Amino acid sequence: MAAEEMIQAEGLTKAYGSTQALAGVDFAVPAGTILGLLGPNGAGKTTAVRILTTLAVPDAGRGTVAGFDVVRQPGEVRRHIGVAAQDATLDPLLTGRQNLVLVGELSDMGRGAARARASELLAQFELTDAADRVLKGYSGGMRRRLDLAASMMTRPPVLFLDEPTTGLDPTSRSRVWDAIRELLGDGVTVLLTTQYLDEADALAHRIVVVDHGRVIADGTPMELKEASRSAHLEVTLSSPDVAAVGAIAPLVAGKVHVSDDGRRLSAGVDASTGLATAVVRALDAAGVTVDNIEVRQPSLDDVFFSLTGGHIELEEFGDMDGSSADGSGGDGSGRRDGSGGDDEVGTTTTSASASEFEEVRT
Amino acid sequence: MTTTTLMPPVGFSAPRTKGAVVGRLADVWAMTRRNLVHISREPMQLSDVTLQPVLFTILFVYIFGGAIPIPGGGTYVDYLLAGMLALNLVTSTMGTAVGLSTDLHEGMIDRFRALPMWRSAVLVGRSMADLLTSCLCALIVGITGLAVGWRPGANYISIVGGFLLVLFFAYALTWIAACVGLNSKSPESAASFGFIVLFPMTFVSNALVPTGHMPGWMQAIATWNPVSAVVAGTRVLWGNPNPSGRIQAWPMQHPVWAALIWSVVLLAVFAPLAAHFFKRRTTE
Repeated sequence: MAAEEMIQAEGLTKAYGSTQALAGVDFAVPAGTILGLLGPNGAGKTTAVRILTTLAVPDAGRGTVAGFDVVRQPGEVRRHIGVAAQDATLDPLLTGRQNLVLVGELSDMGRGAARARASELLAQFELTDAADRVLKGYSGGMRRRLDLAASMMTRPPVLFLDEPTTGLDPTSRSRVWDAIRELLGDGVTVLLTTQYLDEADALAHRIVVVDHGRVIADGTPMELKEASRSAHLEVTLSSPDVAAVGAIAPLVAGKVHVSDDGRRLSAGVDASTGLATAVVRALDAAGVTVDNIEVRQPSLDDVFFSLTGGHIELEEFGDMDGSSADGSGGDGSGRRDGSGGDDEVGTTTTSASASEFEEVRT
Repeated sequence: MTTTTLMPPVGFSAPRTKGAVVGRLADVWAMTRRNLVHISREPMQLSDVTLQPVLFTILFVYIFGGAIPIPGGGTYVDYLLAGMLALNLVTSTMGTAVGLSTDLHEGMIDRFRALPMWRSAVLVGRSMADLLTSCLCALIVGITGLAVGWRPGANYISIVGGFLLVLFFAYALTWIAACVGLNSKSPESAASFGFIVLFPMTFVSNALVPTGHMPGWMQAIATWNPVSAVVAGTRVLWGNPNPSGRIQAWPMQHPVWAALIWSVVLLAVFAPLAAHFFKRRTTE
């Protein structure tokens, strides 16, 4: 099995002083796939990346990258990885080109090869015009793109991208997404950490959710949504009808919520397969006419919040808003895209549906 | 973003692994060039090895020159120049402490650590760049000295030997500075090393004035101060007045040997220590 897993973490444990950053984390990334390591700030994502990129030594557990042990064979691991860390890790006094060439030379590429590769990457990341400017004059988005380019200098088979889009505007963000998608075609294995749910949903084959140093969920984006069992049924009646609640109650989980005008019924549902048909039949049998019916799959936001908090608290939304403000609104627009893709019929925005959920569950 | 693929169809080929020594030298050279580019970006960083030597040499020669008699005869400028070279080179090692401390406080160090490079190249590259700026400093001190009347009285080989003696000592000192930089909380606190250690070390020596007028205890310190040995050794090699030769103490009787021994010992102790501190500082 190990041969096909390009990145493997087994029981990784790490404490910084009295803070338990990782409390036994396991995951594996098969060759040629993207794993999204998802979690709130301080969940342990960066610590896991630091261990797997040989920057930190685990207290317990084992990590392998491209078949090499990160503790016992750090040199081999470093030859096979590219890293774009969360903090910009480039030299502010060098030009973009000098930075890339330096990274190439220090990776034994040879000066000529490093120069050629640097030019190629600068063109691909649309940094050619800024290539010979000192990094101090770069915008945040340009630095991130250069950081990403630096991680790809040696064409490594394994890439670690630690929150590559945090703090980026929407345009830069989608450029980075495109770059990551292009890597896939070349068989590169990627470990991507992010606190943006839509990012993991859009890019990752598999998602591992970490919180407080532990893995709390592991699966494909679809599996995670299924597992959260929080699909949502919404029925719009032609006219208010008291029989409707009784007709659909056996089919849903929990209480049926009726809107003030009596025409809209909503409820959480466990399984969505065949549900719409069953609901229509039940309502028809009760003599109720239906205008519209929606069964909405949960967005990853719903999954994430139900996994990490159990409840959706206003405070958490405050935090998310705070980070999206840093990201110049990139979060907002991205999330809309993400939840739009999840909706089967509905077009409600995620935050609106989240508050509805709370209402329905209580 | 263009639509061309980022990876060529050829795919990944592991970077070629050079021989250990060649690879290490290449890493050191790359890091040295990086530090030289830094200097070219912020030329004011260089002022302590370019402007300061010119200014200090002129000030000392014209302000103190007439007031300081040299025991045993000779002009003050001939006496001063070796001390002036030592003063400038010793105090400029502060730059090593500040530079390393800055490196550690920027994320750049993490990038280096995740690359398949020789880790100590960060340290050695820094010390090599500082050695090159020291050579520039020595050249400027020499030219300024000649302009204000310094005349060495020895053959060329011996004169060059005098310069090398101070440069070697300054190189050894950069490793003490590296240890300071690796243990300081911020680049600013690393800078205080210069004022707390390097300036007093140079002043309580025979570098700028003959030590005869100093109180007894201070004379003892000055006699055994490595800076005194280096300066006296350089005066001997340059054929300039060396009143310290009258002091009956081993380092003053054999200043060239004493300077070499000091330099080798400092290097042997502090270079491995710096490597140790660097490893400790960058291990989590």
